[in-house]
Amino acid sequence: MAKVLVVTSGKGGVGKTTSTAALGAALAQAGQSVVVIDFDVGLRNLDLVMGAERRVVFDLINVVQGVAKLSQALIRDKRLENLWLIPASQTRDKDALTDEGVRRVINELRSKFDWILCDSPAGIERGATLAMRYADEAVIVTNPEVSSVRDSDRIIGMLDSKTAKAERGERVEKHLLVTRYDAARASRGEMLSIDDILEILATPLLGIIPESQDVLRASNVGCPVTLNSTNSAPSRAYMDAVRRLMGETVPMTVPVERKGLMNRLLRRRAA
Amino acid sequence: MMNLLRLIGGRSASAPVARERLQILLAHERGVGGSAAPELLELLRSEILAVVSKHVDLDPEKVVVKMDRGKFVSMLEVDIEVPNGMERSKMVAAR
Repeated sequence: MAKVLVVTSGKGGVGKTTSTAALGAALAQAGQSVVVIDFDVGLRNLDLVMGAERRVVFDLINVVQGVAKLSQALIRDKRLENLWLIPASQTRDKDALTDEGVRRVINELRSKFDWILCDSPAGIERGATLAMRYADEAVIVTNPEVSSVRDSDRIIGMLDSKTAKAERGERVEKHLLVTRYDAARASRGEMLSIDDILEILATPLLGIIPESQDVLRASNVGCPVTLNSTNSAPSRAYMDAVRRLMGETVPMTVPVERKGLMNRLLRRRAA
Repeated sequence: MMNLLRLIGGRSASAPVARERLQILLAHERGVGGSAAPELLELLRSEILAVVSKHVDLDPEKVVVKMDRGKFVSMLEVDIEVPNGMERSKMVAAR
């Protein structure tokens, strides 16, 4: 029986899609069977970040509306055989998603996978509420920046009130994933620290993904960062996060880039 | 400490400002859309303001009611700034 996990944030551009791809791939790399679903109807991108953009035939809306069977919309990853994708529609508007349709699709997937990852669109509209609607757990992606933290707080409130679990009087288990973190800037007081963010949002920490060039490089080539550069700092951070999701206790560290002296000097000049 | 950081870093630390702004803002927003009773904080604020204003002249903006959400308990913090001088004489006069 699958666990349904929504990757959400409120604010756009903080790394929901990147994190969905990385967490999904890392779970699959750990031997779990995983399906990632793009809920960003009209602005799909998970297919692109995962390098499956030319293999999309049917999408989530087609399945919700009964035009296609679930098996027709599932795209198998070319690198990991236990990782699957259901893309969002690029042409329909977000009203094409219905509560009942989403419930049916997720129920059907529950018996087939270990994990169902729902990549939420930004905002607090229909797409975002439907992405979290049937979630058992939530990963809230937050940047160490005021607008992102504020929006995360709002989303946390919605997870506690608008989900099917909340309405049954149960709790959606929430995890905070801080992305684009720069430990050096935080230690100089130029950036909200992890402690600041945890104090404000009062939500358990799942992981700290350091700011890194590897993340953009991975999305450029359409490969989740955990597959594209397995030993990079962000990749190790996602792998640790996934082990925590699976119930392991992993010490919380901020993985750092292993840089040579020359690299460091060049970087400083550029900054 | 701040001065020390400023000396070393060449400019002041902005993260503490960010943290404080967020704490104040979210205390208000949680009262409206969050898990707390709707508009509870705003209600508390206006009633506290009304009671204290009976006896002391206050700047309404200087009455801050915050709720810090914790895992097990939450902290309700009421912060009222009272100007010195004028109010004191007024209170004496009222007696």
